[in-house]
Amino acid sequence: MASLIQLLVSGLATGAIYALIAVGFTLLWQTSQTINFAQGEFVMLPAFFILAAMNWGAPFWLACLIGIALSIAFVGLVFKLIVVDPMLKHGVLPLVISTIALSLFLKEAVKDAYSSQAQPFPALVPSTDIHIFGAVISTQSVAVLAVAIATVVALNLLLNKTRLGRCMQATAQNPTLARILGIPVQRMVLYTFLINAVLVAIASILISPIYLAKFTNGETLGMAAFVAAIIGGFNQVRGAILGGIILGILDNLSAAYLSSQYRGAFPLIILIAVILLRPQGLLGRIEERTV
Amino acid sequence: MNRAGAIAIGIAAVVAIAAPFFLKPFGIFLISMWAVLTIAAIGLNLTLGYAGQISMAQGAFVGIGAYTLALLTQAGVPYPLAFVAAGLLCFAIGWLLGYPALRVQHHYLAFVTLAFTTLVFLFLRNEEWLTNGIYGVNGIMRPTFFGWSTGKAIDFYFFCVGSLTVLSLATWWMLRSPWGRAFVALRENPIRALSLGLDTRRYTLMAFAIGSSLGGLSGALFASLVQFIEPASFGLQRSFDLLLMVIVGGSGYFMGPFVGALISVLLPEWMRITEGYYLIVYAALIMAMMAFCPYGVLGMVERALKAAAVRRDPPTPALQSEAAGS
Repeated sequence: MASLIQLLVSGLATGAIYALIAVGFTLLWQTSQTINFAQGEFVMLPAFFILAAMNWGAPFWLACLIGIALSIAFVGLVFKLIVVDPMLKHGVLPLVISTIALSLFLKEAVKDAYSSQAQPFPALVPSTDIHIFGAVISTQSVAVLAVAIATVVALNLLLNKTRLGRCMQATAQNPTLARILGIPVQRMVLYTFLINAVLVAIASILISPIYLAKFTNGETLGMAAFVAAIIGGFNQVRGAILGGIILGILDNLSAAYLSSQYRGAFPLIILIAVILLRPQGLLGRIEERTV
Repeated sequence: MNRAGAIAIGIAAVVAIAAPFFLKPFGIFLISMWAVLTIAAIGLNLTLGYAGQISMAQGAFVGIGAYTLALLTQAGVPYPLAFVAAGLLCFAIGWLLGYPALRVQHHYLAFVTLAFTTLVFLFLRNEEWLTNGIYGVNGIMRPTFFGWSTGKAIDFYFFCVGSLTVLSLATWWMLRSPWGRAFVALRENPIRALSLGLDTRRYTLMAFAIGSSLGGLSGALFASLVQFIEPASFGLQRSFDLLLMVIVGGSGYFMGPFVGALISVLLPEWMRITEGYYLIVYAALIMAMMAFCPYGVLGMVERALKAAAVRRDPPTPALQSEAAGS
C-alpha cells in the first residue's frame, strides 16, 4: 500500500509534466493545425538555455527567467515566423516533415554546442522526504505537482476568464468566424505559440532535475506528449491534461508491477487501443469531415 | 515516358552497371546500400506519395524483414524462401496495422505507425530468445543462385540492383494497372475517387500493405548486405530517414525514391568536410526545401523544365503557331 501511494504520487508528478507538454501540443494543433514533432526537443532546449545562463554566473532563479525568455523568443516567435508561417500554405505534410527535421536540428545543435553528456540540473527545492501514512514522498514530487497545477490553473484562467483567452478560443474553434467578428486571428495564433513556449520551458525546468539535461531527452518526452494528447482528445485542453496524468501514473505503475523492460510499450498499446475504440480521445469532440 | 526521360534512364542504367568496377569496396557498399534503401523508399512512396498517408513504420518493416531473413536462413530455410517470407510477413503485418488506423482519417496512421515502430524496437531488443537482444544477429548469409555466389561485394551489388530493377518494374506495372490508377486517384482527389465508387479505404490499405512488403524485402537485402543486424538500426531514426528520402526525392514521383535515396546515402560522405555538423546542415536543408519547394528535387526539376519550355516556346494561340510552323 505504501509503495502504491509512492508510485501514485511520483506518477502524478511525471504525469503533470507530461500534461503541460501535451497542452502546448494541442494548443498549436487547435489554432494552426501544426502537428509539432519537435515538441519534445522544445522541452529539452530551455534546460540548456538555463544551464548556459548559469555558466555565465547567473543565479538559478535568474537563469530560469532567462531560459523562459529565450524559449519565448526561439521556441515561440522564431519557430512561428521562420518554420511554421512559410509552410502553412503548403498544407499539413510539409510542416510535419519540417518539424521532424527541426527536431533533428535542435538535437544536433545542442549536442555540438553544449555537450553530448547528460548534465546535472538543479532541483527547485532541496530533496528531502516526507513521511505520510508510511509512504515516503519526496519534496521534489510535491513541488513539481504544485508548480504544474499552478501553471494549469493560470492557463485556464487566461483561456476562460479573460477577453484575450476567449478570443484565442474563438480562433481555435472557427478562425473564419473569429475574423469576421474582428478578432486579430494571426496575433491570436502567435499568442498560442508563445504560451506553448512558456509551457515547455516550465516543463523543462520541472523535468530536467529528474531525467538530467540531455540532448536526447526530447525523444521520449515528445512521444509522451503525442500519446497524452491522443488519449485525452486531440482538440481539448482538459483532454490533454487528463491524458498526461493517466500516462504518468500508468508509466510508473507498469514499470513497477508489470515489466520494466516493456515500460515504454504500455502507453503505446493504450494509444493504439484508444485510436481503435475511441479515436476522438477520452474527452474529445468528433471533428467534422472537411470536404 | 518522353524521350529525355528514356535517355536519362538509359544513362543511369549504364552508370549503375559500370560503377562498381571503378569503385573501392566502401564505394560498392554505399551503392549497394542505395539500391537496398531505394526499395524501401519505393514502398513508402506508395503509402505517402500515392495514398497520401504518413507512415513512420517503414524502418520497422525493414527491421522485420531483416530479422525474418536472418533468423529463417540460420534455421536452415533456403534463401529464396526466407526472402519471400520477409515480404509476405510485412504485407500481413502492414494490413493488420493499417486496418484500424485507416478506419479513422487524418493523421492517425502517422501516430499508430510511430507507436508501432517503437513497439517493434522494444520487441527486438527485449525478446532475446528470438532476436539475441542488443547483441544482434551475426554472420547472415548471402545467396547463391545456380552456382553464382553473391558472397563478394560486387556480386552482391548486382543482386541488389537486380532486385531493385525487378521490384521497381513490378511497381511500375502495378501503377499502370487499374489498381495503380486507383492509387493515383486517391492522391489527386480522394473525395472524387470515393464518389466514383472506389473503396478508398481498401485501396489505401492495399497501398500501405504493398509498401510495407517492399520495406520487408528491402530489409531482407539489408540483412545480407551488412551481415550484422541489431535493433538500433531499425528505430525511429531509420523510419524518419526513409520518410525524408521520399520527400527529398519528390513524393508521388516514380523516380523520387531513387533520387532521394541517392542523396541520403551520398550526402553524408560528401559532407565529411563539415565534420560533426553534417546532420545540422542536412536538417536545415530539409527545412529550407519544405519552405520553398515541398515537392522535392524532382518537383523542382519539373518546374524548372516547364518554366524553360514556356520561355523557349511562349504559349501562342493555336492558329498562329500552326502558321509559324508551316
